[in-house]
Amino acid sequence: MTALPSRLRRRSGLTAADRFVYVLALPLVGILLVYIVFPMIATFVTSTGDDGAAYADFTSGSSGRALVLSVGISVASVLTAGLVGGALAVLLTRFEFPGRAALRVFALLPMALPPLIGAMTFYYLYGASGIVPRLVQETLGIAAGSVAADGVWGVLLVHTMTMYPYFYLSVSAGLAGSDASLEEAAMNLGASRATMWRTVLLPMLTPALVSGALLTFMVSMASFTAPQFYNVNTLTMRIVASKTSGSYELAAAQSTVLSLVSILFLLLMRWYQNRRSTRSASKGTPQALKVVQGALPRTLAAVGSALLVVVLVAPVATILLLSFTVDGTWTVQILPPEYTLENFTTIFTDPRSLRPLLVSSQMSGLAMLASIVVGVLTAWVVARWKGRGAGVLDVMIMLPWALPGTVVGINIVTAFAAPTPFNLGQVFIGSLWILPLAYFIRFVPLVFRNAAASLAQIDPSVEEAAQNLGAGPWRTLRTVTLPLMTRGVLAGALMAFVQGFGEYVASVVVYPARFAPLSVEIYNRQYANELGSAFAYGSLQMLAILVVLIISELLENPRWRRRRSSASPPAVTAVPTQPVTV
Amino acid sequence: MTSVELSHVTKTYGAAAPSVDDLSLTIEDGEFFTLLGPSGCGKSTTLRMVAGFVAPTSGTIRFGERDVTSAPPYKRDTGMVFQSYALFPHMDVAENVGYGLRMRKVATAERRTRVDEALAVVGLAGYGERRIDQLSGGQQQRVALARALVVQPSVLLLDEPLSNLDAKLRDETRSQIREIQRKAGTTSVYVTHDQAEAMAMSDRIAVMNGGVLHQLGEPREVYRRPATAFVARFIGRSNVLPGVVEGRDGGTAAVRLTDGSLLHAPVAVDGGAGDVAVGDEIALSVRSEAVELLGPAPAAADRAEGTIHARLAMVEFTGSSCMLGLDLLDGADDEAAGQADRRILITIPDTDDLPRTGDVVALRPDPARIWMVAR
Repeated sequence: MTALPSRLRRRSGLTAADRFVYVLALPLVGILLVYIVFPMIATFVTSTGDDGAAYADFTSGSSGRALVLSVGISVASVLTAGLVGGALAVLLTRFEFPGRAALRVFALLPMALPPLIGAMTFYYLYGASGIVPRLVQETLGIAAGSVAADGVWGVLLVHTMTMYPYFYLSVSAGLAGSDASLEEAAMNLGASRATMWRTVLLPMLTPALVSGALLTFMVSMASFTAPQFYNVNTLTMRIVASKTSGSYELAAAQSTVLSLVSILFLLLMRWYQNRRSTRSASKGTPQALKVVQGALPRTLAAVGSALLVVVLVAPVATILLLSFTVDGTWTVQILPPEYTLENFTTIFTDPRSLRPLLVSSQMSGLAMLASIVVGVLTAWVVARWKGRGAGVLDVMIMLPWALPGTVVGINIVTAFAAPTPFNLGQVFIGSLWILPLAYFIRFVPLVFRNAAASLAQIDPSVEEAAQNLGAGPWRTLRTVTLPLMTRGVLAGALMAFVQGFGEYVASVVVYPARFAPLSVEIYNRQYANELGSAFAYGSLQMLAILVVLIISELLENPRWRRRRSSASPPAVTAVPTQPVTV
Repeated sequence: MTSVELSHVTKTYGAAAPSVDDLSLTIEDGEFFTLLGPSGCGKSTTLRMVAGFVAPTSGTIRFGERDVTSAPPYKRDTGMVFQSYALFPHMDVAENVGYGLRMRKVATAERRTRVDEALAVVGLAGYGERRIDQLSGGQQQRVALARALVVQPSVLLLDEPLSNLDAKLRDETRSQIREIQRKAGTTSVYVTHDQAEAMAMSDRIAVMNGGVLHQLGEPREVYRRPATAFVARFIGRSNVLPGVVEGRDGGTAAVRLTDGSLLHAPVAVDGGAGDVAVGDEIALSVRSEAVELLGPAPAAADRAEGTIHARLAMVEFTGSSCMLGLDLLDGADDEAAGQADRRILITIPDTDDLPRTGDVVALRPDPARIWMVAR
């Protein structure tokens, strides 16, 4: 009888661990609200000013056409990148032929292209005054203009060559994950090879193709650099034009429309990844490679591979070549005529030339530190929060990943122009802090994703073991969870750093006149026809990316084997963590 | 050392049926206590509530005099061995074992001595500097045990610690764990779904199903006098035959089974189906080794009291003995053959003159070992 009162006493059902999660979530939610969500709202509010005149402008003016053009280019990019990436994946995972090893190495080379320079190099390779069209004119006598990739075609070329890795990676993973015994089972049951592809492999690859397509579409919609070089009036271009000409309401309206499209696609991707269940249930019989037989097919394969390798290496080679060009000497020749080492020595000896490098690395370094703190803690909270809040927090921190850099720039400009309660009275326009803020917003999702992925690898009972042995929540986090996450987080943070180091799209919208970041300097040099100097910066950027890629690779092979947890990984939006180049 | 008292503990997740429903039990000081049941029965949830990882929806948990119901896990002073071992992969063996001592601010020198001692106890002396991934599964398991014991916890919690080991190692480790626990005298709560493991190790067993405690008792008690039909089926190999009480004669009841045969069973006032009256619908639990094979059955009309007629359906030779599966003859058509409530399993010593499948034979359950349970 005495036990009755305690039985009737209902408890909150919260453990100390749950409470710690909520306490930690509070400041994170605050930061994400102030720096990510409110700026979006600020842009929306600005866009509706003057009774929505901006939206009337939007529908009647050139913005509507720009939206249609953006969507059209994006759809086309999905098709071309899908074709190239998918074909490469099938070829390299299913066939054995001369040149396969080389192709496998170089297939991922586009990922090492720095953001701005990457788009520029295609312009100088295949544009009207580019190397290839001039070569064709010289040797075959066909007018350079008729073989050059210009305008929309140029944009499509850049998109295809920089975005096919999304498809290549996802389809390769899908094909490698599909088990040979599945295909054997289908053919054993009477399916021909073609029928087997249609009824077994393609349905299994659908998730890979869909995520590749959604990702490519989003990145294409956000693309700004390529349209700028080829002077194609996409919506991103219109946004920057409106802002430059002082029509803030119109810029805000255009940003809002673009944000809505992007967020729609982010949610679509999340929804799709959560519902798909096409996973191989069998144990895994290794896939046998089909060997290409016969002298002629093998020769053709070898020549084809060699050509493809040349195409893949060409952009990188062009960047290196142009970085040694003497400024102003390359006019109508096929290749630049004069070379020098001076472009590089100047960067490190002339303080004026070194400054952009320092500005960018400091700003990006600051952003990286902030991203690590916010990204890691948010990942932990999302993984341990048992309620619906986890999903909300996940969407909040992943939002900037979906937002085009241009829009992020506009959001910051509108939200931090004047002190309001929502920005806690902070004004960043023209201040030193605006670039780190922009980089933080853009790249915190990257750190978050990596942190969440390494967290998913940790057996949750390891944290419980620490608590059981007497460690409080902070101590558990410090002595067990964080050390186990270090490598993954470091890889993500370094990736965020190089991204920020070369960031152009948002920088060009927000940068204060006194602190031009590296990418803006590159653009200005190129504009001033100082090609050699511009590409010298680009080469350094490429080197930085390469170093980071190698370090990340080393970090991904940890000393200890991590035990896979039996629990399902946290409901975190799965997105590739590769750089988004355009 | 301490006792553990759960009183009216309930855990509900959302609108679903409770994972643990009004559970009350006391684990004595120094006892090796096992929570036994199929997966999803609430045994792990119960253990995690004792450890503090899950907060009960209602009810209280006490360690001795201390109410720990709302104490966080790190202030409960329990030592837990996890199913996945949960060793810290970034620390070596000694760091793993010493972690709890570090949290308790034990001085470095003493810590080293105690870690070495603990490793010696589990037979891993000299393994302190090994990395976790250099150890076999069995060694990892013992590191986890050393890590939990070295802090001299007031309660030792073991969550299916043997389930990731192969069969032979499991048996060895099982007796090691028991021996170490006996020496240390630590109150222990052990969770398992393996009834053989539970019987071999435990002082007492709590059998759970669907969040409810079905029986609490010593292994022999649980085996011989199952409280419910569920316990009878879950522990050992038992036949649970539904029937109706037809007569009472002092301490014995006559029970008519569905196939018409009449068996006599002892009435136990304090267990199983309890005191029964004529007309009660109950079930008889008959252990497979408590049934005698009499030979070819006489005509149905000549069926003797205390025997059952059944058709031999399958024979499994297991080495030392034979297991026979027989179907009751209850007039139903053959489609019902093999159904659980018509199938009787018996274990007999191997012989050369087994009946052939299809033969109808007479069986005689040992009247002293028939046990009545509620249906």
